[in-house]
Amino acid sequence: MTLKSLLLGATATIAIASTASAERGADGHVNLIYWQAPSIMNPYLSGGTKEVEAASLVIEPLGRYNAQGEMIPYLAEEIPTVSNGGVAEDLRSITWKIKPGIVWSDGTPFTANDVKFTAEYCMHPEGGCAQLAKFEGVESVEVIDDLTVRVNFSQPTPVPYGPFMGGQAPIIQAAQFANCLGAKAQECSDANFTPIGTGPFKVDEFRPNDVISLSANPRYRDPEKPHFATLTFKGGGDATAAGRAVLETGEFDYAWNLQLAPDVIANMAAAGKGVAMSAFGTLVERIEMNMTDPSPDLPEGERATAKHPHPILSDIRVRKALSMAIDRDLLVEIGYGQAGRPTCNLVPAPEVFASDNTDCLKQDVEGAKALLEEAGWTVGAGGIREKDGKKLSLTYQTSTNAVRQDFQALIKQWWSEIGVETELRNISASVFFGSDPGSPDTFPKFYSDVEMYANNFDGSDPQSYLAGYTCEKAPRPETQWQGENINRFCDPAYDELVKELGRTAELEKRGEIAKKLNDMLTKESYTIVPLVDRGRVSARSNTLGGVELNTWDTELWNAADWYRIKP
Amino acid sequence: MLTYTIRRLVLAIPTLLFISLVIFLLLELAPGDPMAQVPLTVPPDVKEKMRLALGLGEPTHIRFVKWMWQFFVVEPMNFIDWAFGTAFSEGQQRVLSWQFRSPVMDVIAQRMPQTLWVVAMSYVVGILIALPIGIYSAYRQYSVFDQTGTFVTMVGYSVPPFFSGVLVIVIFSVQLGWLPSIYDTTLKVVDWQSFKLQLMQMVMPVMVLALQTTAQISRFMRASMLDNLNQDYVRTARAKGLSEWTVVMVHVLRNSMIPVVTVIALGVPNIFGGAIITEQIFKVNGLGQLLITAIEANDLPMVQTVTFIIAVLIVFFNIVADVLYGVLDPRIRYD
Repeated sequence: MTLKSLLLGATATIAIASTASAERGADGHVNLIYWQAPSIMNPYLSGGTKEVEAASLVIEPLGRYNAQGEMIPYLAEEIPTVSNGGVAEDLRSITWKIKPGIVWSDGTPFTANDVKFTAEYCMHPEGGCAQLAKFEGVESVEVIDDLTVRVNFSQPTPVPYGPFMGGQAPIIQAAQFANCLGAKAQECSDANFTPIGTGPFKVDEFRPNDVISLSANPRYRDPEKPHFATLTFKGGGDATAAGRAVLETGEFDYAWNLQLAPDVIANMAAAGKGVAMSAFGTLVERIEMNMTDPSPDLPEGERATAKHPHPILSDIRVRKALSMAIDRDLLVEIGYGQAGRPTCNLVPAPEVFASDNTDCLKQDVEGAKALLEEAGWTVGAGGIREKDGKKLSLTYQTSTNAVRQDFQALIKQWWSEIGVETELRNISASVFFGSDPGSPDTFPKFYSDVEMYANNFDGSDPQSYLAGYTCEKAPRPETQWQGENINRFCDPAYDELVKELGRTAELEKRGEIAKKLNDMLTKESYTIVPLVDRGRVSARSNTLGGVELNTWDTELWNAADWYRIKP
Repeated sequence: MLTYTIRRLVLAIPTLLFISLVIFLLLELAPGDPMAQVPLTVPPDVKEKMRLALGLGEPTHIRFVKWMWQFFVVEPMNFIDWAFGTAFSEGQQRVLSWQFRSPVMDVIAQRMPQTLWVVAMSYVVGILIALPIGIYSAYRQYSVFDQTGTFVTMVGYSVPPFFSGVLVIVIFSVQLGWLPSIYDTTLKVVDWQSFKLQLMQMVMPVMVLALQTTAQISRFMRASMLDNLNQDYVRTARAKGLSEWTVVMVHVLRNSMIPVVTVIALGVPNIFGGAIITEQIFKVNGLGQLLITAIEANDLPMVQTVTFIIAVLIVFFNIVADVLYGVLDPRIRYD
């Protein structure tokens, strides 16, 4: 599987530059700054990106995704597939073979029991494991021998790479976490802060939401790695300060996820102390259309449910017109610069799953106006369109965030040009992305006509992501307003196709189905109006080598290979 | 005086209990979800399980009583265990943070050194600068020094730390490259070299914070000195032939300090949680940063505990200020 991944030329030149010293710890100390500070070192209890990334220095999965999105073995000897016999013909089990000779940083051997234990730990009903979705459909995990483990699924699973694959599902040590199963997981502070791992570094001191001190794991499987003897992982502050510390003052070597205006990053990079790198994954900023009526006049419990279709947005012509009025190039230029590109797809990558849908890229205000006329919306008082005495007026909500508010203002302007009145709202992210069923302001409750946010999927297969848009996944009072299908999109043909995707193992065929599903949600129905394919921008100092920005796994996936470039 | 102090302390108990209830209810009613920061790739039903694992499934009053028990009984017992090596609190559930799954008090203790080094030090530095400025400004009212002092304190009052902090970083870290812009909380002072590093990383945050303290306290000091300088007893002292130094520094200053001391005492609780912005700018990661990140993450046990501790300090230092007032000024008697 080849993937488009845009890395700056700089990274390429570094790869050719001086080769690293061939001794563990020879390159001294390295400083990382994450402006969101990690609060725990156990990704199973947090699920947050910052925790997954920090933990990935210490604990490792059996296999990872590389910067191109391809699966590569880490603790396993190879990635099991149907062709090499690792995945059973009936797609109901996957057998992992572990590399021999791997030891934990405390010197005890790493065995299949640890793998089995990790599954038990996460699948415990009272554990509150954040990565439970990775273990969906797992019936049992069997230890065949010390170095072989088999995961059995209750149903044929064409993509059996949920458990133990990628930074979200690393292996924890059975001996250390033995007393931390279930409800006890919450109380194991020591294990959660200083997990014993197989990775290149080990935790010396963990200060929650502040700083992590790490040093090279003396028992790491490659005797020459990691090149750095110690590592400081500082957290806190804001993205500007993190960017400044790497690009302008040179105090730090690596800064994660610089969500800053493009000109700010360019100004910082001009100081010449470091480089801003970018890479694209699957994160898409989109406008979601509400297919149900969120009117406050409806009784609570019926408001924004399938009982009442949306009076305006149920007409596909209106939805399409709203999409046509948007100039995505300008949005990218203003909001994201090198870290964004316009898209019409919900699934923008990997290539095999990305539809060739580009018809939304060109702004067409006249076409949008014509479409609204055709739908019966005529220009009324104040330039706002009306139909049967009803104004074409929409509420548009999103989370509080400078770029999103810029987007709202621009889109409101474009929509007013085609005669659509827009009322803007922004809601604090901690409320908007929360799922308190009592709050009227959460994104799944969707008490608004349209809303904007970004979402992506883990790993490189979009099956569960696309499966979120089936009829039954719609948030509604009966589900406590939980569910991924926040548009309340409902199409039996779509549900049928999702089922088919779940039965198909052949990659080509899966790609076709996924593209079709993507198109059904985007260009065929305009239920979801994608705006920007958002990349990741991180910065590294000029003296840090070996960095390969990875959006498919954690950014620190190859920290063992990082080295100091000698001037 | 003693009975007054005891009465105030006893009265503080119901006040604090009421405050803790109000904080709890406010947090309870506030919108927000501790799972809001978990990425959208984690499905809603998994988030629901995580919420239950945090104990959010229990009714509000049960959780409040649990917090009270943990905070007022288990945590003190745990402190005694730590101090005397006993084992009273063994097996008892402590107040756990939702972000860290670790005892809230441990993290607070961990944040103390940098909070005291930076925020408390800035308070001391601010006071040390403010007092002489205030005294001399009042003594030479409307002189060039007074005018300059007034100007500087006005600037100190009106320039917010998110501006002055970034400004000094741009000057001293980016342009000149003299001082670090990021505070290293792991630095241990063991010798002159590390002491120098500690000093260098403290200079900017301490001075930015001290500017604000200086502005406030020096204005109080000046006003209070001016009140006293025109009093009859000052004229009497001068008429007795005392030196200007004795008149100002002994007679006037002692009387002027009475209101200033109470202002200083009332400002002490601000050290613990009052420097949120400056801490964020310099990445000091003290109690202020702990509180703000806990609020962002909806880590209710942490927010509840930190705000309650601040409430305790405010109530306590109010009592201290009132008592000090009586101690310093024999004319004031509460009994």
